[in-house]
Amino acid sequence: MLPLLSVVLGLMAFGIFAWVGGYSPTQVWLLLFKGAFGDAFSWQNSLQRAAPLILTGLCVAIPAQAGLIVIGGEGALVVGGLACAACPLFLPVHSGLLGSVEILAVSFIAGASWMALVGVLRQYKGVNETISSLLLSYIAINLFKFVVEDLLKDPASLNKPSTPPLNDALLIGGMWGYDVHWGLLWGLVLCLVSFAWLSLSTHGFATRVVGGNPKAAQLVGLPVNTLVVVACALGGGCAGLAGGFQVAAVHTAANASLIEGLGYTGILVSFVARHQPLGLIPVAVLLGGFAAAGSMLQRHLGMPDASVHVLLGLVLVITLASETLRGRVARVLRARAASGVI
Amino acid sequence: MDFVLNISLAMIGGAIRVGTPFLFVSLGECLTEKSGRINLGLEGVLVFSAMAAFAGSHWSGSAWLGVLAACLAGGLWGLLHGLLCAMHRVNDIAMGIGLMLLGVGVAFYLGKPLIQPQAMQLQGLALGSWSESAQVRSALNVNPLFPLGVLLAFAMAWGLGHTRLGLELRMVGDSAEAARTLGAPVQGLRILATTLGGVIAGVGGASLSLYYPGSWNEGLSSGQGLIAVALVIFARWSPIHCLYAALIFGGAGAIGPALQSVGISKGYNLFNAIPYALTLVILILTCAPNRTIKGSPSELSVSR
Repeated sequence: MLPLLSVVLGLMAFGIFAWVGGYSPTQVWLLLFKGAFGDAFSWQNSLQRAAPLILTGLCVAIPAQAGLIVIGGEGALVVGGLACAACPLFLPVHSGLLGSVEILAVSFIAGASWMALVGVLRQYKGVNETISSLLLSYIAINLFKFVVEDLLKDPASLNKPSTPPLNDALLIGGMWGYDVHWGLLWGLVLCLVSFAWLSLSTHGFATRVVGGNPKAAQLVGLPVNTLVVVACALGGGCAGLAGGFQVAAVHTAANASLIEGLGYTGILVSFVARHQPLGLIPVAVLLGGFAAAGSMLQRHLGMPDASVHVLLGLVLVITLASETLRGRVARVLRARAASGVI
Repeated sequence: MDFVLNISLAMIGGAIRVGTPFLFVSLGECLTEKSGRINLGLEGVLVFSAMAAFAGSHWSGSAWLGVLAACLAGGLWGLLHGLLCAMHRVNDIAMGIGLMLLGVGVAFYLGKPLIQPQAMQLQGLALGSWSESAQVRSALNVNPLFPLGVLLAFAMAWGLGHTRLGLELRMVGDSAEAARTLGAPVQGLRILATTLGGVIAGVGGASLSLYYPGSWNEGLSSGQGLIAVALVIFARWSPIHCLYAALIFGGAGAIGPALQSVGISKGYNLFNAIPYALTLVILILTCAPNRTIKGSPSELSVSR
């Protein structure tokens, strides 16, 4: 219940923010809803945005199960997208569906290796994972720009430096003829798999023990270092896959459009979903919807394009602050019931 | 000989120019962390206060009023962080991420109308006016906020060691239990340290938008606030070391623009990655698993 409450409170706070700026809050709320879930078109738009957010959310949620706050999903996404666009230039890739699977696998591996570094640095060098992952994502973005603008620049891409576009046979289309690409289905499947892995398998359980109490995990002889590095790698792989899908299904080549903050919004998705893999799905659809509705606010009310960032920031801050209420409400109710007040 | 001199002068000038925001943000973070609380959201503070400084200077016509606006904005954000983290069960690292994203969002929202206009800039101090050489003059044309930052670093080092408030702050950072036993207001002191840290970091934001690069746009600070947080670890929580660290990083950050001004544009993005890579390397060299770093406040959640 608490996540829902904090989203509602975030929307209310955003309404007040808009009202102070001279916009009508009811109109803002209405447009947000209409832009996100008003008709079939906006649903498609929202789901298309939700697909990468589920995957970048997993990049925060899986390491969080092992007790890490990893916020560099943007870096793994960028690395994965670049690997996906570049690998047909260097590796023999099949044509057609098999080839698509291959380039996506490469993007997963690229993101996983990138993020595994964060786990290794934390376990073997004691470097704080929050800081190192964010630094690595700035490094990744600059490397990405270097490769796209200098090393692998397609001479035909004049206005917007890009890598050579992917072969048409490798591109990934929409599901059953809709605009929503297959990344959404993969996101759903990976959420289910992560949920099953974390709650049913021995390794998943061990990972959660590490997250709950690393000292106890060490004492009972769990391979703490390996579990942490694997959790980071799996998370990074998901973000890399998000980048791969953005390239192979949306942009067709690696260029600056890939850097649109999907990794950062993933942080938010995971925190609001309390790092629960199944919770990521509805939260990503909801927040993806708000992101999609941002352009409506811009078009109809003339609000700045950063409005959505303000809304999402408010939702996150309120979610984190509402942590203080957890357990407290239940305790108050129990106390009242015990004293017969209710 | 002249060439070497010119390059080294350009590096010193660049180190001061680029290092000034690092200096202020790392001093602010140092003060906050001394009280046992970490504020990862200083990136948000930096962007938000840079916007406030530009707006203040644009509307009032005085750059120093802009700096004041930046301090107020930074202090407001610091206070918010301090108050929210004082609540039971609220994680300061996560809240830092939240306020970073919110701060950047609000700054872009409110700063939208400010991308085009001009604002009064801070005038550089012409410390090189004694020299005939144009290079020396331009290298020694120093950001007026830089000497303030140097003074502040020494004042903080002295204050933390010799004043009652400084000692209490460090006690709160090293053992909240002991501080409570002695009757020090633990949460109050932490809120104070976070707010003051925000005020100090705000000056760094003003330096960005009112001196160098001297304009307001959405790519003004990409991760400089975060680098400064890492710098504090490197500086082992000593304000004086923060000064050296900021200058080293300013130098590293000046390499890219310096090469571009000479006409080397290929691989420009690669040079832009240097400060981040350097930060990471330094973290790897200074940190070690299973032991806290010397000088670290023991209440700090990153060092536990």
